[in-house]
Amino acid sequence: MRTAFLIARKDLRQRLRDKSALLYGVVAPLGLAFVFSFIFNPIQQATFHAEYVIVDEDGGPIAEAFREALESIEGEGIATARALDSVSVAEEQVEASSDVFAADAEDSADAAFLIPENLSESVLSGRGGEITVLGAAGSPLAAEVAYSIAQGFSAELGAIELAVRTAMPRDEQADPESLGMLAEAAARTGSPVSLEDVSASTRQLDATTYMAAGMSVFFLFFTVSFGVSGLLEEKRIGTMHRLLAAPIPQHSIIAGKALTSFCLGIVSMTVLVIATTALLGAEWGHPLGVAALVVAVVFSAMGILAVVAATAKTQDQAGNFQAIISIALAFLGGTFFSVSHAGGLMARLSLLTPHAWFLRGLGDLQGGRVADVLPSVGALLAFGLVTGAAAWVFLDRAVSR
Amino acid sequence: MRESGKGLVLDCRGLRKSFGQLVAVDGVGFQIAEGETYGLLGPNGAGKTTSISMICGLLARDAGEVIVDGKPLTSRSVDAKRSVGYVPQDIAIYPDLTARENLTFFGRLYGIGGSELKARVDEILGIIGLADRANDRSEEFSGGMKRRLNIGIGLLHAPRLLVLDEPTVGVDPQSRNAILESVASLSTEGMAVLYTTHYMEEAERLCDRIGIIDHGRLVAEGTRRELVELVGKHDRIRMRASGAIEDAAAAVHGLDGVRKAAASADGIDVIADRAADSLAEILGIITASGVAVASVDVDEPDLESVFLHLTGRALRD
Ligand SMILES: Nc1ncnc2c1ncn2[C@@H]1O[C@H](COP(=O)(O)OP(=O)(O)O)[C@@H](O)[C@H]1O
Ligand SMILES: [Mg+2]
Repeated sequence: MRTAFLIARKDLRQRLRDKSALLYGVVAPLGLAFVFSFIFNPIQQATFHAEYVIVDEDGGPIAEAFREALESIEGEGIATARALDSVSVAEEQVEASSDVFAADAEDSADAAFLIPENLSESVLSGRGGEITVLGAAGSPLAAEVAYSIAQGFSAELGAIELAVRTAMPRDEQADPESLGMLAEAAARTGSPVSLEDVSASTRQLDATTYMAAGMSVFFLFFTVSFGVSGLLEEKRIGTMHRLLAAPIPQHSIIAGKALTSFCLGIVSMTVLVIATTALLGAEWGHPLGVAALVVAVVFSAMGILAVVAATAKTQDQAGNFQAIISIALAFLGGTFFSVSHAGGLMARLSLLTPHAWFLRGLGDLQGGRVADVLPSVGALLAFGLVTGAAAWVFLDRAVSR
Repeated sequence: MRESGKGLVLDCRGLRKSFGQLVAVDGVGFQIAEGETYGLLGPNGAGKTTSISMICGLLARDAGEVIVDGKPLTSRSVDAKRSVGYVPQDIAIYPDLTARENLTFFGRLYGIGGSELKARVDEILGIIGLADRANDRSEEFSGGMKRRLNIGIGLLHAPRLLVLDEPTVGVDPQSRNAILESVASLSTEGMAVLYTTHYMEEAERLCDRIGIIDHGRLVAEGTRRELVELVGKHDRIRMRASGAIEDAAAAVHGLDGVRKAAASADGIDVIADRAADSLAEILGIITASGVAVASVDVDEPDLESVFLHLTGRALRD
């Protein structure tokens, strides 16, 4: 272990000297997050306002609490909520159908919350319950916000599952009444007119944090690759012979490289989390949860990149493969744009990437409970463990050749 | 051949290594005693580096045994490797670290630390002539300086056995001389040195004993003298001379150590056991009998001709 530390210390000194790790690990991601957040963020914040409808078929204390939660959000000026009770929906529709169709944009709704009959009773007796969030496809951001409001509420109660659907045809603003009716219909049939299942929890991150996290994890893979490729570099410059001739156990050479990669990854991510929080106002969430996710994602990056390094013949080849893999995984994992927009297959495929799990974990963390990151942390560690074990076997063989 | 026992630093036997179909090293074995410099001489591709890699434990061997300073050494050994200093054929230093940092890092790997390490690093920097460039990055060094640092790293932990793999390849004549001189001084300090080269002159100049390796086999071994005697035990001395050459030749013939002396078309040919021992005496007798000698040519078989004799090929092709 002492030897692994010696090797890692030497490596880190080299990486500091050649500045590339600094560039990929801190400068580039921070710069891009900065630029992107300037491009996208002000627009979204300036124009964002959502109209919500609550369809309260319950009328009990839970529904009451939910309305109060919404009111506090109204207070912040983000959203306006209107309550419709189901009876009035039906009535209004009959008597004012002409008004409905004439509804102008101001009167339209972006999303609806359906609080089903007997929710309060069911939740209070410990059986749990379900609030359905219906979003109009024309206003995905508002639907996301609606979802996170409901998510926050359910996290507080811990007993309500969310069913989330974007149910309206694209580019059509929905009037509140028809949305309300849809909500009802959805609740009754149990299989609503579902265009898209917005299940990716990544959607709860605000745009700035999403950008910051996306850029960080994207470049993390490059930063970590510097550590991992160190083994091939030692081969290229011939110093591997010296390490093999030295009175040290062979596995300590690989352990040293792993340690280097780990340190580079952790330092880079830590700097980025702090810097984007301080400079861009990113909200990563509870530090403990963020730390767990960061450690886990660094592990997964190490494992995946080590497999690539182990199968490459030269350092150049490894560098190329690693870049391709890193970019492909980042695209698939939604670091550049949220894949959940792209539909079910992409969303499912994205779960093959550490990037998606990392972003998802951060999203889950927004609910406020640290334990919510555990599934993502578990998935990331599993990535790291499987690929890392494979790489170790490969590398151990490669080293003694 | 030496007996194994006291004073033996390296004892390797039956080393074998194949790469696929190619048998790169096939039953190589030799011993090196304290203070002795052993040369492994052979052309490119003969198996020198592969042999050395097995001796230093870089490469797992197919068969054979390596004992360094009484301890068996394999590629997984830790303790036995401490006794070996290894200087790879290709320069193996970290270009973005300074000379001092390179030395310090490897010193630590060999378990040296603290003030001892610092003193030792300073000492080595002096020996390799890089004291004034100690804090410069090694990528800024000339080829010769890199070579010297390369050797310095191998010396740092004062190994019992120093293994140098063609340390002078691609080095300017001046640096080369400096390297050869320092290697020569190391063996006088009691270090055992294993030196590979495809330069006959280096082997002749440095090595107490030489193993000639070709196609992975040790084809001959011994002191330079012993090897040369394989070709024919004698030196040929050829003199251009005029005067009473018949009488002079007859007088020389009677000398100790002279096998044959005969007049030739333009002088006298002598075959002697050792030209170096007999030449002065021979010349004395010839001039005393009134013959004028215009030139003397001693055709001493060298390692080049030994290699030619043993393998039918030139050393450098
Ligand atoms: N890693 C390897 N894989 C395959 N062949 C090798 C390898 N290393 C050496 N060889 C072959 O083994 C033979 C001996 O090589 P080497 O020991 O480097 O010779 P030398 O050092 O005497 O020039 C050569 O034919 C070389 O091509
Ligand atoms: Mg060689």
